Amino acid sequence: MSTFTIIDGERAVAVPARVSGGRVVLEAAGLKDALGWEVHDGLLCNDAMCIPLADASALTRDDGVDLAAFAAALDRAVAVDVAERAAFLGGSAGERAQALASQQAPDFTLPDLAGRPHSLAEHRGKKILLVAWASW
Amino acid sequence: MTGQGFTVITVALDKTAEDARPWIEKAQPTHPALIDTRHVLADLYNVVNVPTIFWIDERGRIVRPNDVAFGTDTFKHITGLESARHLAALRAWVSGRTPAPGADEVRRQQPLPSAEDQQARAEFGLGQWLWAQGRPAAAERHFVRGGELAPHDFTIRRGTMPMRGIDPMGPQFREMLQSWVGAGRPYYRPLPDTAGTKEN
Repeated sequence: MSTFTIIDGERAVAVPARVSGGRVVLEAAGLKDALGWEVHDGLLCNDAMCIPLADASALTRDDGVDLAAFAAALDRAVAVDVAERAAFLGGSAGERAQALASQQAPDFTLPDLAGRPHSLAEHRGKKILLVAWASW
Repeated sequence: MTGQGFTVITVALDKTAEDARPWIEKAQPTHPALIDTRHVLADLYNVVNVPTIFWIDERGRIVRPNDVAFGTDTFKHITGLESARHLAALRAWVSGRTPAPGADEVRRQQPLPSAEDQQARAEFGLGQWLWAQGRPAAAERHFVRGGELAPHDFTIRRGTMPMRGIDPMGPQFREMLQSWVGAGRPYYRPLPDTAGTKEN
């Protein structure tokens, strides 16, 4: 079995996987080792939580985990490139919308030109003008 | 205005730090000037074009969501926006002369992402990773797909042009801009000026 690179935020991890009928099936043990999730007793679990699955059979296939069904169970977007054997796990629209609706500014950490990381949270207690811009 | 009680944070949605460097070095900012090649900010804050600005208060709450404001009048002939208007509102809020909009006002004004918006951002994320890995032909597929899913998202459609060898000021951009204007300038517009305009 060859691998598929799963990109989750800044992390890119190789998970043993095969492509079957256009679907990406991750090896269950590999999913647990690489991303910390496993399916058991109709639940999708990591160290912190378990998510009940409406249809566990859609997720598990021949001892593997269907990537699209896995992302759907987490309510996360997933972009897949079968030829490049890579997939990007995106943010959940529901989670993003809930976070913004709460009006609490989502924290982030990004580098400056020197590569030094800065977090929004470091500036708590000040008023902030946050500006998204680009050279294009 | 920068001091103990206030800071600016700028975030450049550029393909590399080198693209943003000349602007930042020329401005010599005393505030954090950050680089966001993966569009983390666009993902978390539902940013669809630049410039997009936010006001965040001392408690970390968004009190002015996704607004369009410029630091200068360079693009006034296109946008019709005067930089002075936002700057005056900002000064009034920072100095405490006028309160920020209330929670109900902010709730009404806050745009929320759809499932298609997030799928488009995932396609951008995969494309950006492939591009950074030196696989531009594969990246192209996902940049195009992302633009199809979220045609209003200029951070994807225009922001990826420099990675694809397309001039971000060229005919493809002008066509995109015209169709956006023709559609009534959706998704990316200045907020009605509710904050900082009423003197107490």
